[in-house]
Amino acid sequence: MTLRFWRGGDPFIWLTGSALAFCLLMISGLVGIILYNGVGVFWPSTLQQLSLRDGQVVLGKVVDRQVIPDQPEAYRIQLKVGNRDAYGLDFRWVDEADIERIERPAPVVVFERIEWGDAYGYVEKITQNGQVMVSEGQDAWDLLQPLLEASAKRWEVIRSIEHDEMGQLNRAMEELRLEKRRLEMDRAKPEAMAELEDRNRALWERYELVSDRLNAVRAENEQAVVSIRLADGQERSVRVADIVRTYKPNALDLWGKVGVYCEKGWEFVTGQPRESNTEGGIFPALFGTVMMVMLMSLAAVPFGILAALYLREYAKQGLFVRLVRIAVNNLAGVPSIVFGMFGLGFFVYGVGGGIDRLFYPEALPTPTYGTGGILWASLTLALLTVPVVIVATEEALAAVPRELREGALGLGSTKFQMIWNIVLPSALPGILTGVILATARGAGEVAPLMITGVVKLAPDLPLDAFWPFFHLERKFMHLGFHIYDVGFQSPNVEAARPMVYTTALLLLLIVLALNLTAIVVRNKLRRRYASSAF
Amino acid sequence: MSEKRGEIDEPSVSDVIENPIVEVDKLSLYYGDTQALYDVDLGVPEREVTAFIGPSGCGKSTLLRSLNRLNDLVESARIEGNVRVSGADIYDPNYDVIDLRRRVGMVFQKSNPFPKSIYENVAYGLRIAGENRRSILNESVEKSLRAAALWDEVKDRLEDNAMGLSGGQQQRLCIARTLAVEPEVVLMDEPCSALDPIATVRIEETISELKNDYTIVIVTHNLQQAARISDYTAFFYLGRLVEFNQTKQIFTQPNLKQTEDYVTGRFG
Repeated sequence: MTLRFWRGGDPFIWLTGSALAFCLLMISGLVGIILYNGVGVFWPSTLQQLSLRDGQVVLGKVVDRQVIPDQPEAYRIQLKVGNRDAYGLDFRWVDEADIERIERPAPVVVFERIEWGDAYGYVEKITQNGQVMVSEGQDAWDLLQPLLEASAKRWEVIRSIEHDEMGQLNRAMEELRLEKRRLEMDRAKPEAMAELEDRNRALWERYELVSDRLNAVRAENEQAVVSIRLADGQERSVRVADIVRTYKPNALDLWGKVGVYCEKGWEFVTGQPRESNTEGGIFPALFGTVMMVMLMSLAAVPFGILAALYLREYAKQGLFVRLVRIAVNNLAGVPSIVFGMFGLGFFVYGVGGGIDRLFYPEALPTPTYGTGGILWASLTLALLTVPVVIVATEEALAAVPRELREGALGLGSTKFQMIWNIVLPSALPGILTGVILATARGAGEVAPLMITGVVKLAPDLPLDAFWPFFHLERKFMHLGFHIYDVGFQSPNVEAARPMVYTTALLLLLIVLALNLTAIVVRNKLRRRYASSAF
Repeated sequence: MSEKRGEIDEPSVSDVIENPIVEVDKLSLYYGDTQALYDVDLGVPEREVTAFIGPSGCGKSTLLRSLNRLNDLVESARIEGNVRVSGADIYDPNYDVIDLRRRVGMVFQKSNPFPKSIYENVAYGLRIAGENRRSILNESVEKSLRAAALWDEVKDRLEDNAMGLSGGQQQRLCIARTLAVEPEVVLMDEPCSALDPIATVRIEETISELKNDYTIVIVTHNLQQAARISDYTAFFYLGRLVEFNQTKQIFTQPNLKQTEDYVTGRFG
């Protein structure tokens, strides 16, 4: 009986099967938790107004419910009450036993603000330049929407003045300053210096003009103020210009909610972060991540493939090549922070510092390339991923049948023709698999980036409309670091937690998208270069 | 019975072959410390089929591969003696190996079409030689496929991947590919060993037709095949050329007993 049990192989089927099941469980658990916590973040859920027995009124969004410690059968709920400026905290626990009445009042409005997080309350009145425009709820709400649109347009103008016009002037002034330094270093004639001074003055005059215009627009932003009555009767004034978005979650139907959800989701993907990254969008981090992965692949893939080609096809196989191969394999297992240290020491201080001394001496002691930047971060990651590419490419090359090589040589190919026309195309799917693995590893890596160029906030993208378009010396934002920063370094960790999950979800999606693209390309190639029928 | 019969009228190689296109002269080949060929002397006649027979490991494939220097790929391989093709010593350091391999083509034991279209497989040899004119490629592809008796089967699907062909078709494609560069000599290393009997017959027919235009050297384990298609046969044993003569002679009246034992199946 037992003999048959063992001979039938059942235990091994169970062993291997349960190992697989365990893996699947872990993966689906991981994805499930992130999905569960991340997908609902932007949903405009219903606001509940609780009247407590002691006469307090609490308005907020229920986020959690749990047993009160040491009191079985008794529950308490956690509410996000918002209004951080009024209450000091975003969250509040309420014992269910204390609740007298629960309402879901339709006129409740959620105000998303530039500062201090959300405000929940009722529109009381709107004043413009100190004069009351409307003082009744529904009318005030109706007036608020066009005001919000106007202020959104003004923000647009302010951004364009600050970023484009002032930015250009600032760059011109910086260039002048550097030119002056250069002239000083060269001991140039005083006439040249005087001419520079003139140009500098002209720039300053233009700067004053732009600055005046900016202040005028800013002043307009001060005019409209909305008064909000909170649930407990407090009244607070908020500048309309400080409000990002308003909606009445309790009055929205399903489609209205979907609309708000999509709008917020779109803002998340395309917008700039605000409130030390815990609100708004993550576009700079998204952009930084994708651009860094591309730069990294650009550096790592050709380099790795060429190195593997030499190692496998040209090098005389012997002790030395074996040692190199072992070294490369071990390099693939070195902790990434070690690569980060190397990147900092070699790329940033060594190469970057050298470039600064040679090409940007006038800017010193401010470093140009001698500080962390997207180029150095990408090169550091490229170094980290090159071993993976080399190992995978070597294996793919080794798997090309000997008969194919001999066939090509037998027809009078040179060795290079054989490699280029026959071996590489046949090995390409395998090489691409390696590239996918390497890219995925690089895209998920954070530790080495933290010391080679990733920062918490970098409003200027490393690619923009100003010459020379690619600003590879710039610092950048990265989704992985963003998760760490928002989740563990922000002043308001609890309020930021949903953002952490949403960002993690997005990072997963990006890695998935990058991998899927590569897999589709590989499968196309595989069909084209279908390997032997034998 | 004596070891040798008719010692006096035993024809030497030079008597058998006039104007050999490939001459092997005292060729010894070593893989590291092991010697695989011992002082082989052989002349391959032009526009005839020459078969190499012998038990496994006797060096017949090694000899074949040293005729177009494919053994160069084996790092430990080392040779003594020399091989001349059309009178030129192919192991001369100044000799152009690439050119040699164009003139001495090879068909392998396992069919090895490239993972490309049928057309590109046949055109490959010309393309790497720098020929890119479409008309010339077209003409050559058709001619080579016809010569390999494959044209009628694939003429409507030249752009299909060659991996979709059957084993026998793949092998004939490999023959066509070799013929496309118009070699002087075609080496075949057990071309039928992985094929079924029907495919084998087709390849054999192809070989018989090819011998009007090409010199063919074929290694085979199949004695009937050697008897059917070859004009000359060389019998190898343990790295030595034992006997080389007209096929008829080898199979009916071998000079040596060892040869007779082998061709009659008494050992091998």
